[in-house]
Amino acid sequence: MKKFLLKKNGSKLPGFGLTLGFSLAYMSFLVLIPLGALVLYSTRSTPAGFLAIISDDRVSAAFEVSVLSAFYAALVNCFFGLAIAWMLTRYEFYGKKIIDALIDLPFAIPTAVAGISLATVFSANGALGKLLANFNIEIAYSRTSIVIALIFIGFPFIVRTVQPVLEDLDQEVEEAASSLGANFFQIFTRIIFPAIFPALLTGFALAFARGLGEYGSIIFISSNMPYETEIVPLLIVKKLLQFDYVGASVIGVAMLVCAFLLLLSINFLQGYARNRRGT
Amino acid sequence: MKRLLKLSLALLSTLAITLPVHAADPIELLNVSYDPTRELYRAYNEAFKAHYKQTAGKDVVIKQSHGGSGGQARSVIDGLEADVVTLALAFDIDAIVDKAHLLPENWQSRLAHNSSPYTSTIVFLVRAGNPKKIKDWDDLVRPDVKIITPDPKNSGGARWNYLAAWAYALEKYGSEDKAREFVGNLFKNVPILDSGARGSTNTFVQRGLGDVLLAWENEAYLSINELGKDKFEIVSPSLSILAEPTISLVDENAKKKGTTEVATEYLNYLYSKEGQRIAARHYYRPTDPEIAKEFAAQFPALKLITINDVFGGWKKAQKVHFSDGGEFDKLYTALKKK
Repeated sequence: MKKFLLKKNGSKLPGFGLTLGFSLAYMSFLVLIPLGALVLYSTRSTPAGFLAIISDDRVSAAFEVSVLSAFYAALVNCFFGLAIAWMLTRYEFYGKKIIDALIDLPFAIPTAVAGISLATVFSANGALGKLLANFNIEIAYSRTSIVIALIFIGFPFIVRTVQPVLEDLDQEVEEAASSLGANFFQIFTRIIFPAIFPALLTGFALAFARGLGEYGSIIFISSNMPYETEIVPLLIVKKLLQFDYVGASVIGVAMLVCAFLLLLSINFLQGYARNRRGT
Repeated sequence: MKRLLKLSLALLSTLAITLPVHAADPIELLNVSYDPTRELYRAYNEAFKAHYKQTAGKDVVIKQSHGGSGGQARSVIDGLEADVVTLALAFDIDAIVDKAHLLPENWQSRLAHNSSPYTSTIVFLVRAGNPKKIKDWDDLVRPDVKIITPDPKNSGGARWNYLAAWAYALEKYGSEDKAREFVGNLFKNVPILDSGARGSTNTFVQRGLGDVLLAWENEAYLSINELGKDKFEIVSPSLSILAEPTISLVDENAKKKGTTEVATEYLNYLYSKEGQRIAARHYYRPTDPEIAKEFAAQFPALKLITINDVFGGWKKAQKVHFSDGGEFDKLYTALKKK
C-alpha cells in the first residue's frame, strides 16, 4: 500500500503511513464528511431540477456578482498586498511592528462588524461617504461596496503569503543583476516577480475563495437587490429561510464545484510556474 | 503511540465525569422566540415565575432564545429542544410541523385568537415633522419617496409589510392586477433590502437613508423610545394588516422533557389579564377586550384586515407570494426588465 501510494522518487522519511492516516482521518471529519453530506443532500433533487435551479436567471446573476466581486477584490489585493508586503520586508521604520500586527486584524474582527463599520464610513452621511458624495461618487450599497468589503476581508491573505517569500529572497542576486546593468524594472520582472509569483497566486486563490463565500460583511454594505447586488450565499440563506433545504444544497454544491475548480486550476498554474523556474 | 492512547482515554473519562448530570429540579423551559420580543419576554418570564410559584408551588427557570423567526424555526427543526415557540408568523411554526412533526397539524386552533395572544400591525416610521408628508400607502408609491423595508424572503416580519401593502391596494383599487402594480411601484422605491428588521432600522436611523421605514407597530414604538421622540414620528395608515405572531407548545419536545403541563400553563398565562398587560406595555396590541380598552390611547384605531380573510392563510400566502418564482420574485424580474 505504502509503495503504491508513494511516488517513485518520493521522500525516504519514515512515518508516511502515520501522517497519511492522520491527515485522511482529520480531513474526513472536518471537510470530506460534512461536504459529502451536502452533496448527498443535493441529490434529492433530480438532475433536471438541479439544472433548473442553477440556470435560473436570478441564481446566475448572483453567481456573476459573487465571482466577479471576489475576482476584482483579489486582483486589487494582489497589487496593494504586494506593495505592503514589500514595504514591510524591505524597509526599517518606526511603528513597523504595529503595522505588521494591524494586517491580521481583518481575520480577527467579526465580519458583520466589518460590514457595519464599512457601511457607516461609506454611506452618504459617513466620513468617507460625505467626501466622495462631493464628487458624485456613491459607494455604499452598490457593487463597488461589495468589492470594498472583500478587499478588506481578503488582503491579509496576500500580504501573509508574499511576505515570507520576499524576506527569503537573496538581495545579493538583485545587487548582482544591478551591477550587470539591469534597471529596477528588469530586476523586478526578471528576478523578483518570478520568485514571488507562486506565493502571489496562493494569496490570490485564498482571497478569491474567501471572497466567494463571504456573507457576514456583505449583507450590511450591499443593497442586496435581486439581479444587481445579491450574492450567492445570501440566496442560499434565503432558500433556507423558505425551508427549501434541497434548493439551498444545490446552490451550495454549485458553489463548491466552482471554488474547487478554481483552486485546482490555480494549483496547476502554480506548479507550472514553479517548474519553469526549475525549483 | 500507547502513551497517546492512554492520554486520550484519560481525557475522555474526565469529559464524561464533568458532563452535567440532568438535574431534577427546578423545572426548565426553553422558549424559542424571534428578535423584538426580547424585552417582552424578559418581563413576562418574571411574572410567570411568580405566578407559577404561587399556584403550583414550583420554581421554573425559563431560558430564552431570540433570532430571526425563520432561522429560529429552522433551529427547532434541526433539534433545538424548545418547549414552546413564540414566533413572528404561523408559517414558521407550520414548517416545524411539516419538517420535523414535533406538534400536531391543528396547533393553531388549540389556543384562542389563532394562537396569537397579542398582535401588532404595520405602521410607517417617518422623520420628525414628516417632511415628505407621508399619510397613507398611496404616498409610498410617489417617485420622490424612498422606503426602507427588509427583504420579505429573508425576514418573516417583513412579509407582513408586503402583505399589508398588497391588502391596501386590493381594497382600494379592487383587483389583483392593480395590487400587483401597486406593490411593484412601492418596491421600486426601496433602495436597499436589508436581511432583517434590525438591519432596516439601522439603515433608516443610523445611516439616515430613506424617508419612511415600514415597521411593526411595537418595534416602531421601541425605536422611538430608544432614539428620541424628537427625531421620528409614527404614522398609522388608513388600513393595515393584523400581524399575528403565533405561539405554540412543541408537543414532542415537552413530552420528552416532561414539561407539557408547565409549558401549557406558560402559554395560557399570556392570555391572562396580567400577561395581556405586559404585552400591551411592550406595545403589542392585547387581544383581551378589557385590557385593550385600558390601553386604547396607545393604539390608534385603523382598519385591520387579517391574513385569513384576504390571503387565505399563511400557507397559501407563502406559496403565492414568497415561494421561489412567486409574486415577490416576479416583481423583481419585472423591475429588472424595465
